[in-house]
Amino acid sequence: MAQVATLEQDMASGGRFLVVDGVHKHFRGNSVLRGVSLVVDEHQVVCLIGASGSGKSTLLRCINALETVDAGEIRIEDERVSGRGVDVDWLRQEVGIVFQSFNLFPHMTVVDNVTLGPVKVLKVPKREAVDRAMVLLSRIGLEEKADDYPDRLSGGQQQRVAIVRALAMGPRVLLLDEITSALDPELVSDVLNIVRDLAEEGMTMLIATHEMGFAREVASKVCFLDAGIVAEEGPPQEMFSAPSHPRTQAFLRRIIEAGRL
Amino acid sequence: MVIVALLWWSIWFFDATLRLVGGWRAMGRGVEAAIALLALAIPLTGARSVASAVRSQRFFDDGDVENARVAAADCREWSLYVVGLGTTTLILAFLFWFFGANDGKVREVLFNWQYPLDHFGNLATGFWVNVKISMVAEMIVLVWALLIAMMRRMPGRASAPIRWLAIAYTDMFRGIPALLVVYVVVFGVPLAKVPFLSSLQGDSQLFWSAVLALSLTYGAYVSEVYRAGLESIHWSQTAAARSLGLGHVQTLRYVVLPQAVRRIVPPLLNDFISLQKDTALVSVVGVLDIVNRASVLKGTYFNLSFVTGAAVFFLVVTVPLTRFTDYLIERDQRRMRAG
Repeated sequence: MAQVATLEQDMASGGRFLVVDGVHKHFRGNSVLRGVSLVVDEHQVVCLIGASGSGKSTLLRCINALETVDAGEIRIEDERVSGRGVDVDWLRQEVGIVFQSFNLFPHMTVVDNVTLGPVKVLKVPKREAVDRAMVLLSRIGLEEKADDYPDRLSGGQQQRVAIVRALAMGPRVLLLDEITSALDPELVSDVLNIVRDLAEEGMTMLIATHEMGFAREVASKVCFLDAGIVAEEGPPQEMFSAPSHPRTQAFLRRIIEAGRL
Repeated sequence: MVIVALLWWSIWFFDATLRLVGGWRAMGRGVEAAIALLALAIPLTGARSVASAVRSQRFFDDGDVENARVAAADCREWSLYVVGLGTTTLILAFLFWFFGANDGKVREVLFNWQYPLDHFGNLATGFWVNVKISMVAEMIVLVWALLIAMMRRMPGRASAPIRWLAIAYTDMFRGIPALLVVYVVVFGVPLAKVPFLSSLQGDSQLFWSAVLALSLTYGAYVSEVYRAGLESIHWSQTAAARSLGLGHVQTLRYVVLPQAVRRIVPPLLNDFISLQKDTALVSVVGVLDIVNRASVLKGTYFNLSFVTGAAVFFLVVTVPLTRFTDYLIERDQRRMRAG
């Protein structure tokens, strides 16, 4: 039976890596997050589902400190990573994020996009960074595109490069923000295959997505976000077949009606 | 018909002028030949247009609407040629008529290149001063304006006073005529005993004061160009860079600024061309630049060709600069698109 988890229950389970504890965020009087709490264990893939505007993206951006948190706290391995006095540059080395709109740097070649972080932030020697980048690029079958500029690549290829760019920093958790929403349908599977591979390798991931089939397949846990709180969470089988919360039921009914599950 | 008659008349007139003033005959003949050619081309294209119209009518009468339409399209195209050629030729002919107006007086007073050529060295020495002032000022402005733009974009409530300072600076120097700034700085430096600058002697003091004055004015303009460029880069680029762990300065240095600079090259060069031209302002405070020298020569020989000659000097620099800008933009766009 799926139910809203309390932090106490999760604490007992151990292995907690990322903890979001009662996070609030509002923009000019508009409350986007109203006390979101969730836990991502190490090597776990957690999928965030919910309607547009339910706060999925904002939550991911808060975890990455791209947005500040108004109330509540975010912790990684019991270290507070939100609020004042946090070394955000260190945090972002630990937490990688991939955006809906790729956000590759258009004035740099693919390989420069991938090596920028390692060279400038981690101070890896350029040659070594390039070698590592090429290994990563060949994994996604794009080593031949290394010297091309991003706008020569298809949307799917760009998004794969963006994933590699985040991975090149060696993050311990990856946040994926609706990474297939801006792609043509036939390009979606290439990107999802990479995410699937990463999940199998044990990458810790927090994924905001509208791809319900994918969420059902790869997620260890699914969280349904509604009006700025986690309304319901549980293993994907339960969440998708027997949701208990009326809002979750309504949301999934609409998804099914739209033929997306 | 009228156009053609006018053209022949202008050629005849031009020819008479050439005889009057002498010199530059070969070029004059060339111009005449060009106008004559155009004068011939106009009735020819006109004839094609009319012929197409007639053909179209014939097709139409035969009930062949399809071919009539094609011929009508031909007619329209050829008549557009007539308009294009005719207008251009008329304007050119007017310019040459002006060139020879008042029995060649216009040419003699404004465009007698012999005068500036005889004093080429003198004018060139003056122009070198203009070039030096603009180049030094440009280098200063490039750095100074970026600094101002960055001050104005500093984030957070804590840096508000710095932002206000930058805003006050840009507002002030964009609002004051450059000429006044030149006056105040150049005459104010020795009077107020400004450190460093007032310790320089004579020409060198004048030079550096002029550079300072123009840098102050153009720094304000160019900082706005920078700011517009920086703001045109979507925040998602900053988010992506920050998410990789790059700091505020690194993000600016490696991600935002390189993209912004590409976008602001045209307005930046526009301002630099403008600056190059505004170096003429320093002549009023006694810098011996090309404008000052041309003006002295003009007084001596009572001929304005020195001044138009000085104008040519400026064109020789600014026109290639403009073309170069266009080339840079195009090359960049090609590279970004084609990898």
